[in-house]
Amino acid sequence: MNGRANPVISGRLRGLSLHLVVLVIAAFVVVPLLYGVLGGFKDTGQLSTNPFGLPSPWVPENYTDVIMSASFWRQLGNSTFIAIATTVIVVGVSAMAAFVFARFAFRGREFLFTLFAAGLMFPFAVAILPLFVLLRTFGLLDNPFGVILPQAAFGLPMTIVILRGFFRAIPGELEEAATLDGCGAFGFFWRILLPMARPAIATVSVLAVVASWNNFMLPLVVFNDPNWWTIPLGVQRFQGQHASETARILAYIVLAMIPALGFYAVAERHLIGGLTAGAMKG
Amino acid sequence: METTTEPGAPSRLPAAAAGRKARPASAGARGGRLRGLVTIALFLLPGLVLFCLLVVAPILVAFYTSTFKWSGLGGPPTEFVGLDNFTRLFANEVFLGDLWHGAVLIALSVVVQLPLALGIALLLNQRLRGRAFYRLVFFAPYILSEAITAVLFTMILSPDQGLANQILGIFGLDGLEWFADQSTVLVALFLVMTWKYFGFHMIIYLAGRQGIPKELTEAAQIDGASGWKVFRFVTLPLLGPTIRISIFLSIIGAIQLFDLVWIITEGGPTHSSETMAVTMFEFGFNRFQVGYASAISVVMFLISLVFALAYQRFVLRRDLEGATTVMRDQR
Repeated sequence: MNGRANPVISGRLRGLSLHLVVLVIAAFVVVPLLYGVLGGFKDTGQLSTNPFGLPSPWVPENYTDVIMSASFWRQLGNSTFIAIATTVIVVGVSAMAAFVFARFAFRGREFLFTLFAAGLMFPFAVAILPLFVLLRTFGLLDNPFGVILPQAAFGLPMTIVILRGFFRAIPGELEEAATLDGCGAFGFFWRILLPMARPAIATVSVLAVVASWNNFMLPLVVFNDPNWWTIPLGVQRFQGQHASETARILAYIVLAMIPALGFYAVAERHLIGGLTAGAMKG
Repeated sequence: METTTEPGAPSRLPAAAAGRKARPASAGARGGRLRGLVTIALFLLPGLVLFCLLVVAPILVAFYTSTFKWSGLGGPPTEFVGLDNFTRLFANEVFLGDLWHGAVLIALSVVVQLPLALGIALLLNQRLRGRAFYRLVFFAPYILSEAITAVLFTMILSPDQGLANQILGIFGLDGLEWFADQSTVLVALFLVMTWKYFGFHMIIYLAGRQGIPKELTEAAQIDGASGWKVFRFVTLPLLGPTIRISIFLSIIGAIQLFDLVWIITEGGPTHSSETMAVTMFEFGFNRFQVGYASAISVVMFLISLVFALAYQRFVLRRDLEGATTVMRDQR
């Protein structure tokens, strides 16, 4: 169709319209975030009279109040601790299981692996009630391990599936050489396999951190005590308490976004690589 | 299905090693069968215990308690009611509403959100200045938590003075009630879901698109195919496996939808945005009808399971035999 028109001009036009489409979509994504950032510097009156412009005057108190509040930092600390503990457990335990699934032949292997892989489809929602009763029985309510252990358990399927793929790709000759040199199964796992799989370990760790950081349902039922609230829970409760003070809520969620966005900036490659790998294998 | 890039995989490995079946008993068995079994057991045990105790057992317990009338308090359930909870469930308008809302959100996702994501992925696959930056931006909402997204859009789509209504006002349009109106709440929710999730699907499509050899689209162009025809007869069929996976993930996600709905509407106004997970949560944790709520969990589980099995059997099966193996050979 565009074969007849001047190719340079039609090429430019096409480039321009492509850019226009992309810019509109970028606006759809960015405007809500920008509204949050700028809105946090306004007061609630300004938000209705001057929704689009820059704040005038700038009101930094919304942000400084949050930064000065102990509860915000407490939530940040809780989220961090829970995310790290979950990640260490799920990656450690999964690596061991994935090693066996990738490198040993034994009766029942496919069955067990299928059992784990089937877990990919089942969210907390299906198990949350019995899980709650179980945690209550063991006294794990209002205890970080009441969130950490179930999160680790539900993270196993994805982590095992991805790690098994990587472990299988490491050539058998290496293992034979290690065995000849007197390396046992554990020695091979610890000294050779894990160091070689470092990129894969990084990928699944990043996925585990993000999943834990954003988890809402489990902390919602486990933590009654505000001292244990995580960021998502804190955000929801803050909105509940300050329903009419839009600007303050905006400031709170903007500050709550920063760690996640910062983490994304640093770990983007692993995150995206892991998600596509996970999706393709799920 | 493992055709797309395996990021971070040591690239010097010959393809043969990746495709090979796990080697028959290596380290362990040579030094004695028993020692091998002990090693296997030791490595597998922590994962198995964690998984069985906190994933498998709770799901089985949910099946058990779904046959009781039980408040969840004061000892194990005693009042056995058979399948009563399920007959109640399927006679209940709220629950039938849940199924309908799920179906609407799935339909909207598949018909609107995924094609949008695909279009953007193909756009960003073109030579376009700043495309790495755009990719970064479009994916960003996916990593924000549902809680933050929910609260942000509660403000933006607020009926009084929310940003969305202010924007409509510029064009002289009346503001909408968004989440407060039964007739708009699902669409408003879908808008939020699109904002949050389209970047994820875009990323999957981009990965799939990059797995299509350039020679194929170039050959089609040389043969005189127009841009649309190249898309329709080359790109789209070869993206088939990726698209089918993305539809699968989208549907599984919609079946389980909870966080966004719970925070924004709690299922309201008058149950018009309620999902299965929200109803389950409401009955389980607020109304202490744990038996009834367990029945909802069981139905969610069965729907996910049947859907997943049927989808793998009938939709994904072709991918395992056809397109992917061809693509793998060509790489």
